[in-house]
Amino acid sequence: MENQSQDNKSSFAEDTAIQTMNLTREFGQQTAVDRININVRQGQIFGLLGPNGAGKSTTIKMLTTLLDPTSGTAIVAGFDIVDEPAQVRRRIGYVPQMLSADGALTGRENLMLSAKLYRMPGSERAARIDEALKFMGLENSAKKLVKTYSGGMIRRLELAQAMLHHPVVLFLDEPTIGLDPVARRIVWDRLLDLRRDYNMTVLITTHDMEEADQLCDELAILHEGRVATIGKPAELKAAIGPTATLDDVFAQCCGVMITEGGNYRDVRQTRSTVSRLG
Amino acid sequence: MTSGKHEARSAGSADSFSLVDFARQSIAIGESELKKLLRDPTELFSRAVQPILWLVIFGQVFSRVRGIPTGNISYLAFMCPGILAQSVLFSAIFYGIAVIWERDLGIVHKLLVSPAYRGALVFGKAISAGFRGLIQALIIYVIAFLMRIEISLSPHTILGVLLAVMLGSAIFSTFSLIIACIVKTRERFMGIGQVLTMPLFFASNAIYPLELMPKWLLIFARINPLTYLVDILRGLMIQGGHSAYGFMFDVVILGSIYAFLVVIASKLYPTLIQ
Repeated sequence: MENQSQDNKSSFAEDTAIQTMNLTREFGQQTAVDRININVRQGQIFGLLGPNGAGKSTTIKMLTTLLDPTSGTAIVAGFDIVDEPAQVRRRIGYVPQMLSADGALTGRENLMLSAKLYRMPGSERAARIDEALKFMGLENSAKKLVKTYSGGMIRRLELAQAMLHHPVVLFLDEPTIGLDPVARRIVWDRLLDLRRDYNMTVLITTHDMEEADQLCDELAILHEGRVATIGKPAELKAAIGPTATLDDVFAQCCGVMITEGGNYRDVRQTRSTVSRLG
Repeated sequence: MTSGKHEARSAGSADSFSLVDFARQSIAIGESELKKLLRDPTELFSRAVQPILWLVIFGQVFSRVRGIPTGNISYLAFMCPGILAQSVLFSAIFYGIAVIWERDLGIVHKLLVSPAYRGALVFGKAISAGFRGLIQALIIYVIAFLMRIEISLSPHTILGVLLAVMLGSAIFSTFSLIIACIVKTRERFMGIGQVLTMPLFFASNAIYPLELMPKWLLIFARINPLTYLVDILRGLMIQGGHSAYGFMFDVVILGSIYAFLVVIASKLYPTLIQ
């Protein structure tokens, strides 16, 4: 699989939304992301799976221009993340794992700030904000302070912020972590709608096997900074056996169950995110 | 891939710096901060306590000493601009805490992924610190008025004071942002903030003239931006007050320090989340 994506490297197809080329990031002696090559087509929902510390967040930080690669690079929405980060930023949306909406502002004020930072002309702002609020079902809460929102509403507001400028690619770091099943289902539906209505490409990182299985068209399982396997969920399962689940695929790739692993910092971060959202 | 890169280059060259966009983005950040501040102004009132203590207690006791050479003005009038500068310093220097809080949430990530100029994100924060400074100034004017300190109430001196206060707030808040980017955690920041504020305050002309200082301390006072802020304020705020260095000199010094800090902060701000 890895060879295949390397062969594709020379021919950047028109409908490719994300292409990484030996994307690598080292922190001192440690290699967090090790020569990753993945290809995401326009309009795909692509999942990055892996245990804590596998390099998912580091990869997403590099693809969103928050972190420079140590070597290698990637093309996102037609632009090189190292050479043209400003162009990439205009064409992507990002929802971090943590809480990125400002609780002391109203929903609409949060969106207005984004509209201004994305250089949206004054004449378009109100219409775009209304559109995003409606899309996420937040019209009636737009004037309330975000700190009064439920976890699911906050996530939808963050999605509204990320889609406001109609990005080509949307990056979501653990989009449904800490949400109850109903709120989680709503987020999935909205992501599918975004793909349908705007042909948005969505890249998510997740721990949630059900999310990976149901939502993602294609998955890459990362292990120790490398791509352990890549493919459609059904293919990955079929390769192991007729009754295999994604958990089995995962266990085979990483030698661990997804519920294991994770250091103090990961646990603390996840838990505090959950408690803030909940 | 080659075609993709080529396209990127040509589009990139059209992407030149726009001052209008820079201003809009800075104002957008400043505006959001101001909204939050006005919604929960408790912080502003609690910040009024310290200057009241300094002026009412420390100031009234020390004005009886009469050993401090303050020229033809009373000691209370002499220290009043110093206390304004101090409250500007104290409220701005802990600005980094809020920035670290935003980092721990994910708000900084969201801002940095946007195509906004990094400088505008930093400058927008300084605008909101400037507003806080203005409110500090208002509080101190009210206290000074109630204590019958000989303050100058002519519109142009008040305007000058307000502008100087905004510049001072911008300097210390940006300095604070830089420290936040370096230390990255609240605990470490609190420690450093405590260590910095008192030396900056005492190694300045805020509550005593530089002439009283030993030589070694004078060196620190001369490189301390607070000294030049106090100098401007002392020249404008009180009747009969004068600036020792001259307003032009003070403004050039403070302006250069601020420009330098903004450049550093714009470089460091993106590293806050790494």
